[in-house]
Amino acid sequence: MKQYKRFLMMWDQTFSQILLGLVLLITVILLGLASPFFMTWDNWRNILDQSALQVIIAVGMTFVICTGGIDLSVGSITALSGVCMAVAMHAGVSVEMAVFLGIIAGAIVGMGNGLLISRLNLNPFIVTLGTMAVVRGVALIITKGIPIYGFPREFTWLGNGHIGPLNPPMLMAVFIALLGALVLNQTKLGNYTLALGGNEEALRRSGVAHKLYKLIIYTICGITAAMGGMVVTARLNTAEPLAGSMFELDAIAAVVLGGTDMKGGRGSITGTVMACLLLGVLRNGLTILSIPSYYQQLAIGIIILVAIIISELRLKNAPGHGNTIYLGG
Amino acid sequence: MSQSIEPAIKIVHMSKSFGNIEALRDVSLEIYSGEILAIVGDNGAGKSTLIKILAGALTSDEGQIIIGDKSYNFLSPGRAISLGISTVYQDLALVDCRDVASNIFLGREPVYAGFLVDRRKMQKEAARILEGLQINIPSLSTQVGLLSGGQRQGVAVARAVYQGGKVIIFDEPTAAMGLQESAKVIKLLLKLREEGMAVIVISHNLNQVFEISDRICVMCHGQVVAICKTKESLPNQIVGLIMGATVKEAYNAAGVYSDEAI
Ligand SMILES: Nc1ncnc2c1ncn2[C@@H]1O[C@H](COP(=O)(O)OP(=O)(O)O)[C@@H](O)[C@H]1O
Ligand SMILES: [Mg+2]
Repeated sequence: MKQYKRFLMMWDQTFSQILLGLVLLITVILLGLASPFFMTWDNWRNILDQSALQVIIAVGMTFVICTGGIDLSVGSITALSGVCMAVAMHAGVSVEMAVFLGIIAGAIVGMGNGLLISRLNLNPFIVTLGTMAVVRGVALIITKGIPIYGFPREFTWLGNGHIGPLNPPMLMAVFIALLGALVLNQTKLGNYTLALGGNEEALRRSGVAHKLYKLIIYTICGITAAMGGMVVTARLNTAEPLAGSMFELDAIAAVVLGGTDMKGGRGSITGTVMACLLLGVLRNGLTILSIPSYYQQLAIGIIILVAIIISELRLKNAPGHGNTIYLGG
Repeated sequence: MSQSIEPAIKIVHMSKSFGNIEALRDVSLEIYSGEILAIVGDNGAGKSTLIKILAGALTSDEGQIIIGDKSYNFLSPGRAISLGISTVYQDLALVDCRDVASNIFLGREPVYAGFLVDRRKMQKEAARILEGLQINIPSLSTQVGLLSGGQRQGVAVARAVYQGGKVIIFDEPTAAMGLQESAKVIKLLLKLREEGMAVIVISHNLNQVFEISDRICVMCHGQVVAICKTKESLPNQIVGLIMGATVKEAYNAAGVYSDEAI
């Protein structure tokens, strides 16, 4: 029994990433064969551009899910931060300052989530479900429901500028992913993120300010969501109060597909990035193959379901959740 | 036993309730450096509750903890550790999905370049600590949840020893261990006493208790019913006390009387 479990765990650690890599590779090859347009740089630039936005938001989400939590408010934060930047710029504030304010707005919402969850010990799902609605409401109230458009060149460059063959969102995504991986794997914050998901009480008894770390993690997620908002707003040259709906689902899907445990304690930024790419490639491929968008929704929904089922099955055999030997008291 | 001087820690009039369960009722206790104090009592007697309050994991409703000339109404876990109280909890407080080294250094990770966790140093140090304690764990990168019960207890013991300090608490440290492993932990307790630490050990194994302890504190229904010198007690008396006999009954039955008994 022990041997079997050990094998499963060894398999498990690299399993998701190898599987994900294989699926990605096969999908790319199949799509390449199906459509000559798929393998063109123009198309890949498109895929990377879409995936970049998702990576930025999903990195923050990875941290939150590693603590065993969830953040449903990222989509609404995306909208709010974009709206804040837009209002600021239209009020004559400099682009830098407007971006800063928008990011701060995201950080504040994240901090609010973190405070409610850590201080009042509330369920992250319920709290962020609430802030999802509240924040969306605020974005709608600020804009009176009407999109705000027309921003300075320096701002829109952040969404659709050119840096060699790449664009700013891609570089931002790479930077955030690298930073996220470094923090998760090499710093105390990362260690405590995983420990929060594994056994928060153990972390508390070690004398770590566990609530503070939780607060920081939700704030980080708010900040990455706000950066996503900046990218969306800059790319479209429009701040939509309804922007970013379903982003939370995409982000959660990418994180779970990437092998991070929904119950926390184990996670990987590499996996998240690969999953974002896979989802990007799939969406793009389905579009190229002229499959109607509602089928795309269905296909991606099924993939997410499969990922969650695999994740749950692995969890059943993983240590630290459910089958721990507790010695009483 | 060097009981002449000030106690390392004093607990005075400690009470704690969970809802309407009185887990501790007016408990007072002194622990001295260089002694092993065994706490015995039936399940639910309040032993773990008492040491959790000492370790800062729980706060008491009433009572103080006195360390040196300072009196505390409660300790936080971080405070307790910095005051030199290290604890092996009964539930071990391990993060099962993390590796051995991460658990031993949890909360005290060495860093380099200001913020990067020095994993190599952690692995090396963890190996050294475990070897020093003769705790046998094949691979330090194994997740703690995959280890055997005894090995897990070994990791928890290693963490407490690494934290160091002047008071070390073991809540049933050998419950899941085999004979060899427990023997090692017993040796460790004796060594810690030798080094002048105050050692508190909770155990159901009376043979073990009589073998190593200097004093025995018997708890029953949330109260300390007796504190006896091990040398002057007999296992039967202790069993009687654990079962709820009054001190007099227990000692009459055994025909001895200890002046330390309440
Ligand atoms: N967190 C808790 N919530 C409610 N009751 C508790 C809690 N912890 C302990 N108790 C109760 O307090 C009493 C003492 O428990 P404990 O200190 O664990 O006993 P022991 O370690 O001596 O077996 C028991 O009746 C137990 O059920
Ligand atoms: Mg106990």
